[in-house]
Amino acid sequence: MADSNFRICSLSGLKIDRAGELLIRWNIIAAMATLAVGGLMAFLVALTRWPSVHFLGLTNYYRFLTLHGIDALLAWIIFFEIGLVHFASTVLLGVKSYAPKVGWLSFALMLIGGALINVIVMLGKADVMFTSYVPLKADPLYYLGVILFAVGALIGFILFFVNILLAKKEGAYKRSLPLGAFGIMAASVIGILTLLHGAGIFIPAFLWSANLIPSVDPSAYRLVFWGLGHSSQQINVCAMVTVWYLTVAFVVGGKPVNEKLSRTAFVLYILFINLASEHHLLVDPVLSTWHKIVNTSYMMHLAVLASMIHAFAIPASIEVALRKQGHTRGLFEWLKKAPWGHPAFSAMAISILLFGFLGGITGVIFGTEQFAIIRHNTFTITGHFHGTVVAGTTVAFMGFTYLIIPYIFKRQLIWKGFASIQPYLYGLGVALLSIGMMSAGTFGVPRRHYDITFSGSIFNHTFDPTVDIFLSLMGIGAILAVTGGVLYILIGFGSIIWGKQVE
Amino acid sequence: MATKEPERIWWKPLSKDERVWVGIALIWMLISFFFMPLYHIIGAQNPPAETYKVTPEQFDKLVDGMIAKSKVGEEQGIPIVHPSPSDPVFIRASMWQWYPIVELEKGKTYRVHLSSMDLDHGFSLQPVNMNFMVLPGYDYVLKLTPTQSGEFHILCNEFCGLGHHTMLGKLYVK
Repeated sequence: MADSNFRICSLSGLKIDRAGELLIRWNIIAAMATLAVGGLMAFLVALTRWPSVHFLGLTNYYRFLTLHGIDALLAWIIFFEIGLVHFASTVLLGVKSYAPKVGWLSFALMLIGGALINVIVMLGKADVMFTSYVPLKADPLYYLGVILFAVGALIGFILFFVNILLAKKEGAYKRSLPLGAFGIMAASVIGILTLLHGAGIFIPAFLWSANLIPSVDPSAYRLVFWGLGHSSQQINVCAMVTVWYLTVAFVVGGKPVNEKLSRTAFVLYILFINLASEHHLLVDPVLSTWHKIVNTSYMMHLAVLASMIHAFAIPASIEVALRKQGHTRGLFEWLKKAPWGHPAFSAMAISILLFGFLGGITGVIFGTEQFAIIRHNTFTITGHFHGTVVAGTTVAFMGFTYLIIPYIFKRQLIWKGFASIQPYLYGLGVALLSIGMMSAGTFGVPRRHYDITFSGSIFNHTFDPTVDIFLSLMGIGAILAVTGGVLYILIGFGSIIWGKQVE
Repeated sequence: MATKEPERIWWKPLSKDERVWVGIALIWMLISFFFMPLYHIIGAQNPPAETYKVTPEQFDKLVDGMIAKSKVGEEQGIPIVHPSPSDPVFIRASMWQWYPIVELEKGKTYRVHLSSMDLDHGFSLQPVNMNFMVLPGYDYVLKLTPTQSGEFHILCNEFCGLGHHTMLGKLYVK
């Protein structure tokens, strides 16, 4: 092993391999770039859903909404997760990246796939929304883009296992992976299962769109699609929870109070959370009632148990670590003395709170059989998943970016003052946005809808006037969140380019 | 630390705090777990599952048959039908129309068949806010008993092309 390829990070003590470092860097750069595009789309789309602004024209609204889903939900998050895969399977274990070329193949496929989707959507050949439910048809290149992206991500997740197996052979760890790598392993297991579903449905959709097969059954499409669409959110949950643990370890030096408990919780995610996917289909035809019940609520609750475990273990490890640092007065001195000005720490705390109380609880409620009738496809659902994926995963990943820019990019953060308020600003914005959407949806306001005044329709429907208040709340939240998002992008790229070198 | 390999023996027993927390969470989840199927049995309103295969042409014929039998008027060019409660009710979704307008009687139980001619559509009955998916090729049967009279709207809440936001239908309960 050529040791000259390694350096020891002076801040974290991590042993970092040059090849692995470059892979992490470029995946995170791609993630931030796609978030910038996805965030801009978010801003335009949110302003359009705010009735008193109603910003975009008809065609652009649906086009940008499709792009927002692709860039902010798929590209940003998966690029970041592949960055985490490289981080957990090389840097955390103190080993080299064993197959960097495979890592670059994965990156290239994702980049080409992602770019292809963006171009095709902007050309107006794929106004099909993130879900592209057949028989709504897009250009074959759209499905090809998704397939390329998914294959790239699949290779990335497989590389995780290659790295950890070879690292074990080399003696980098003797029996068990560190918890941070264990969590990403759970994410990678789910990732591989999920992306196979993706192949299972996007390949037929591609063939159908290219007129090579006559049709794809709309109901089968929805079933398999959600094996991709929802299960991929469970990759996010695992990756996000892992980021929480890692942040606690790096920032306050906390260690999991009980490794057994935390690891069991990750295993529960792998076993049960995928089954929750079918709650998207609770008010669909075709599937039988018991099929729906067994596949959603039954098993979902054991995955919720896992989240309850993390919700205990992480704050507990923070408390233990801070008490060890001497903050022992009273019950809450440790909480007061926690590093609230450290953007990685505050982002983690905000992510835990908002994911749990805004995204998680509502998800469990709306995933039940009877609630689906009054919530399905309303704006409430949009509010729910902005509580999970944005207020949870995105906030956590933003915090982790601040953490690893000094470690991996060897740069100090610029604009430290702005960085320390960014998680609060973004978190508040997304929380308002999510609450506004959820509240408007309870009055029946639909998701993915250009104009809730129904202009051009032969009939006229007026929603309860209260929805205006909630949609304005959403709009204000969107403005705050976008301000926070712009700050993140500026601080992120600014630090990478102009930040002071870390020696 | 989450960044380091754990010590030699990490499968330690849980402390009391952890046992209490996990115990409460587990009991709570088990209650939820059993309550789902239970509520399906004791609850009054569950999503239906009754489905048949149907082609757009077949469904079209069923809709036309119902209109020929029970048409009572017309509004904005769309027929209004008043089917007898013993007859099946058909509502057709297409880009971008709910067809026809149905008039139901309060307190009577109907079997409402939904199907789509083209894309996925979302049947969203307002302002009561009840939502069901309508897929092409499938006939989805809702067993429905109106409990309040008045004028209701059906909007589409699954994206179905550029006219999606204009897809508004009506339903009366007398």
